[in-house]
Amino acid sequence: MILQALSLTLRLAVLVSVILMAIGLPLGYWLASSRCRWKFVVEAIVSLPIVLPPTVLGFYVLVAIGPLSPLGRWYHSITGGSLAFTFRGLVLGSILYSLPFAVQPIAASFASVDRKLLEASSTLGASRWRTFWRIVFPLGFPGVLTGFVLSFAHTLGEFGVVLMIGGNIPGATQTVSILIYDQVQSLNYAIANRTALLLLLLCFGLLTLLYGLRRRGRWVLWGW
Amino acid sequence: MVVNGSESAVPAHEVSIHVQKRLPGAGNGGTPFQLDVRFTIAAGFTILFGTSGAGKTTVLDCIAGLQKPNSGRISVDNVTLFDSAKGIDLPACRRHIGYLFQTLALFPHMTVRQNIDYGLSALDRRERDGRTSQIAESFGISGLCDRRPSAISGGERQRVALARALVTRPCALLLDEPLTALDAVTKTRILEDLRRWNDRHAVPILYVTHQREEVYALGNRVMVLEAGKLIADGTPHQVLTRPQFESVAQLAGFENIVEGSVVASHPEQGTMTCRITGTSVCLEVPLSRVDTERPVRVGVRAGDILVATSPPQGLSARNVIAGSIVSLRQQDVTVIAEVDCGTTFVVHLTPGARNSLGLKVGTQLWLVAKTYSCHILQ
Repeated sequence: MILQALSLTLRLAVLVSVILMAIGLPLGYWLASSRCRWKFVVEAIVSLPIVLPPTVLGFYVLVAIGPLSPLGRWYHSITGGSLAFTFRGLVLGSILYSLPFAVQPIAASFASVDRKLLEASSTLGASRWRTFWRIVFPLGFPGVLTGFVLSFAHTLGEFGVVLMIGGNIPGATQTVSILIYDQVQSLNYAIANRTALLLLLLCFGLLTLLYGLRRRGRWVLWGW
Repeated sequence: MVVNGSESAVPAHEVSIHVQKRLPGAGNGGTPFQLDVRFTIAAGFTILFGTSGAGKTTVLDCIAGLQKPNSGRISVDNVTLFDSAKGIDLPACRRHIGYLFQTLALFPHMTVRQNIDYGLSALDRRERDGRTSQIAESFGISGLCDRRPSAISGGERQRVALARALVTRPCALLLDEPLTALDAVTKTRILEDLRRWNDRHAVPILYVTHQREEVYALGNRVMVLEAGKLIADGTPHQVLTRPQFESVAQLAGFENIVEGSVVASHPEQGTMTCRITGTSVCLEVPLSRVDTERPVRVGVRAGDILVATSPPQGLSARNVIAGSIVSLRQQDVTVIAEVDCGTTFVVHLTPGARNSLGLKVGTQLWLVAKTYSCHILQ
């Protein structure tokens, strides 16, 4: 039971943090370099999940993917199923919930890259695409790494959103944190303790790895 | 012009620029002003001189495509880079114009070699390595190729940045005060390398500076920019002899300009000896070029010359020249003396100095000038 929940949680965390990289890199680059006058609105939206109670976010996501909403109907017309109370729904909710933890470190580290380097790159004939991968990405890599690990760890530990969207279906939507809650409710403190300890050690290990790598910054940054 | 970088660009014969742009003014609370310049530059050095905040860097940025003019037209030979009327605005990466920033902007995470060949990505490996090695050789940085920019000296960094811009064989080159931070000898050597490179490639080079010495050292032509307008344009000598504007006057601050030729150079002491044409008078001046036997002009400010009425001894100053006063007049609180030493020097004194030394026309005296008071102009 623990292993099933753990494997589901890890799958969820890997999937969410990888997808968040795909969203976070372009979004972070845009936030770091755009002079669009409405940028602050996007920044506010990206930061919302930090301040909102997970239940609020979960509730609205649940409504949005329910059978009565346009999104839910559209999804139903394509796949014949529903997002609510499924693993895919969980992925969607977690992406929204962990978005700031991926985007903010990435945007901050991209913004700290000297603009002159980007200008030099373009006068040397490099396109924006090439400039991004040769200059911005390697120099902003510590932020990318932080964004990846934080969104991974944050997804591992989320509770409220998962509870709202996923319900508590073993093998489909029951993550480790939900399992712990479940066990405590049924007064199975021994199992709850083991599960909680596992999660604690996992998160601690990840963060230790992250900060350890950042200490050896230059190696991580430029050694490859 | 070839813009994909797979072949070298044909050197341009002419870059023509017409830029109008509103600028916010220097610093906080600076008054906004309109940048409005129109000029054409040909192969060789053109100096763009002006005080800071005059809009020099903006002009370069507009040519390179890093800033967008409000209106105007920029073209290289018959290729239009920017034309507000026709809606043309080629992105910087397709303009093929070399740009050396004041801060150099070397990529800190790449080695010197990776920095240099950054602009050659469209070439195959052999061609790229060949060109990189060749330019590293000619700028004397071959030994540094595997180092990172943080591990080399300031002068070496300038060379790397220059090599990086030139290896792509740009059709024009923009330099934004790239040598300001260097000592005179290093600066001179780098400029000689650049000059040698351009003897072969003959591209238009627009060199921005606010340092007077560089104007004289480099200039075929100097343009003076003040508050967004070009107020003078000509050879350094032409601009210098008509100092009707404030920044030109700042350029022209030399009352004494003598022609001469280098008879010996002492690189180890950072000096050279030059003889004033038509006289036997020799001056010791700061080293400014490595080759001798070339004509030079030496500028000395009238206020930088000391006067002694007997042969001075125990001085650190290396230039002591005997002469006699041919004219003496007072203008406001400055006494202006003309002294004949074979060539005529103008010397500024205070009335007190004139009185205590008892100077009058015909007085025999010795002029004293430090090596560093003698400025090589050309």
